[in-house]
Amino acid sequence: MGNHSDGSPTGSDAVAKAGHNEVDTFQDPGLPPHRLRLADTDPKAAKRAERQVAWLFVISIIGTLMFFVAYFGVRLDDTIATLRIQNTFLGLGVAFAMLGIGTGIVHWARALMPDHEVAEERHELRTEEDRLAAVKIVDDILEETGIKRRPLIRNTLIGAVALAPLPAIAIFRDLGPLPGDSMHHTLWKEGERLARDPDGTPIKASDVTMGSAFHVIPESLNKLETGKLNEKAKAVVLLMRLNPEDLNPSAGREDWGYNGIVAYSKICTHVGCPVALYEQQTHHLLCPCHQSTFDLTKECKVIFGPAVRPLPQLPITVDSEGYLVAQSDFHEPVGPSFWERG
Amino acid sequence: MKALSQKRRHPLAALALLVLGLMLTGGLYAVVTTVNEAKADTTTFTAQQVEEGEKLFVANCATCHGLGASGTDAGPSLAGVGAAAVDFQVGTGRMPMQMQGPQALQKPQQFTADQTREMAAYVATLGNGPALPEEQYLDGKGDATVGGELFRVNCAMCHNAAAAGGALTRGKFAPPLAGVSNSHIYSAMVTGPQNMPVFNDANITPEGKRDIITFLNVIENQGSPGGAKLGSLGPVSEGLFLWTAVLGVIIGFTIWLTSRTS
Repeated sequence: MGNHSDGSPTGSDAVAKAGHNEVDTFQDPGLPPHRLRLADTDPKAAKRAERQVAWLFVISIIGTLMFFVAYFGVRLDDTIATLRIQNTFLGLGVAFAMLGIGTGIVHWARALMPDHEVAEERHELRTEEDRLAAVKIVDDILEETGIKRRPLIRNTLIGAVALAPLPAIAIFRDLGPLPGDSMHHTLWKEGERLARDPDGTPIKASDVTMGSAFHVIPESLNKLETGKLNEKAKAVVLLMRLNPEDLNPSAGREDWGYNGIVAYSKICTHVGCPVALYEQQTHHLLCPCHQSTFDLTKECKVIFGPAVRPLPQLPITVDSEGYLVAQSDFHEPVGPSFWERG
Repeated sequence: MKALSQKRRHPLAALALLVLGLMLTGGLYAVVTTVNEAKADTTTFTAQQVEEGEKLFVANCATCHGLGASGTDAGPSLAGVGAAAVDFQVGTGRMPMQMQGPQALQKPQQFTADQTREMAAYVATLGNGPALPEEQYLDGKGDATVGGELFRVNCAMCHNAAAAGGALTRGKFAPPLAGVSNSHIYSAMVTGPQNMPVFNDANITPEGKRDIITFLNVIENQGSPGGAKLGSLGPVSEGLFLWTAVLGVIIGFTIWLTSRTS
């Protein structure tokens, strides 16, 4: 420990030796000279600092009072406006209460409390003495437990310690059951009607006028008792109608639409966000999460962004009553890639 | 006249007066209600409006949309877009377009409400299309809860869950919906302006559209319950605010804590 408040810097050899190839290390230049504060020399300044600290504490008191005034004083009716006023003043009150105390104490310490500077020397990191003491502790343990002389105890202990973590591993089983083939199938099946999200009313082909976009669920979804959200997350579909000449179906997919009406999975093949931003003039589908863009005129091929596979198309047709129905399930798993997708 | 005044005390005089009064009231009522109906019926236009609208169209729109609105390379045909499309595009100042670009921008209206109606009248004669919205669906007194659900399913992905708007591809964007009149919101849904899809009455019923308008009015009027909205853009603007303003304050405090007093 050395008190540097006398202000004399220690040692300046380093500068003197510069240029002589001997400057491997710099000497500690020490602390700069101590400078007295205004409050140390001027009693008026000290008095002023005292008042400032007191004011900060008074601000804290006012903040606490403001909290209680807001808590008991603001009458809450059923509107959000009164709640907002109360919340604002509760927050401001607590903030001033805390900040007032905090800044007051810091200002007090900085301006008025003694400010002599102190340097503490670092302890030696390792002494031979400490090392020997530690070795002795280990030796004592080996000696006193007699672990070398009693192999029965040693071996059963090793067995117990090896087995004890197994329950922790076993409970990972509760993360299951494994999804099985549920990722490969959705609620869609042959003859399943396309219905409006959220009310579940079926859609006629004649309802879908040019430029329309319908948000679609399977008609049977709303009748499910359990697992409705999981099924919806896989089965949601976007239904759009384009000029049939704008569609360029590949071989084997010509009859998957009906009069220019096409249905595509709404689940992005990147990480599964709902791709529902349909631009009816450019026929682009945009995913709001990472800007993957799919071109509806090219079977939802990816034209921008991180997705790598096109959106799966749901083959549709109309039934005898003119309602749109699915021809089958999707021909590939919907949504993002997963390990067993193949 | 004398004969009439002589019979004023006849036993049947009161009855005759009553019948006369009833007929007069009924007749007046019928006249008044037909007048009201004529006012409320926004889908019919007079021949004069059509004629004036055609003049305005030829002078202001035909450069891009072509004579007879048959369309050119610079602008689409307007056959079948309906009066509602004119109400929206011209009523919000998007048409006439200032210049070709990713999308027509909202700007101060170039035409008066009457002129807009006249052009709507003319465009409505070009083919069947969505008519001007009916007043009963614009009152904002529907079910905001149902409207909120419909909005989240059909609109929120582009227009943002708080209707603050959002970006689309290549410079296009879905505009914020605050400050848009109920009639223009309705017109936009039925006509699908620019890249917005059409939401016809088979997709969202007129009552559903009324509910959506009600929901939008409610969220616009109630303001933000949680303090400053920061554009309602979610984690982007909120995170930016925290990283700049709040971290700045924390850094400021740290510097103050470690600095020397004078």
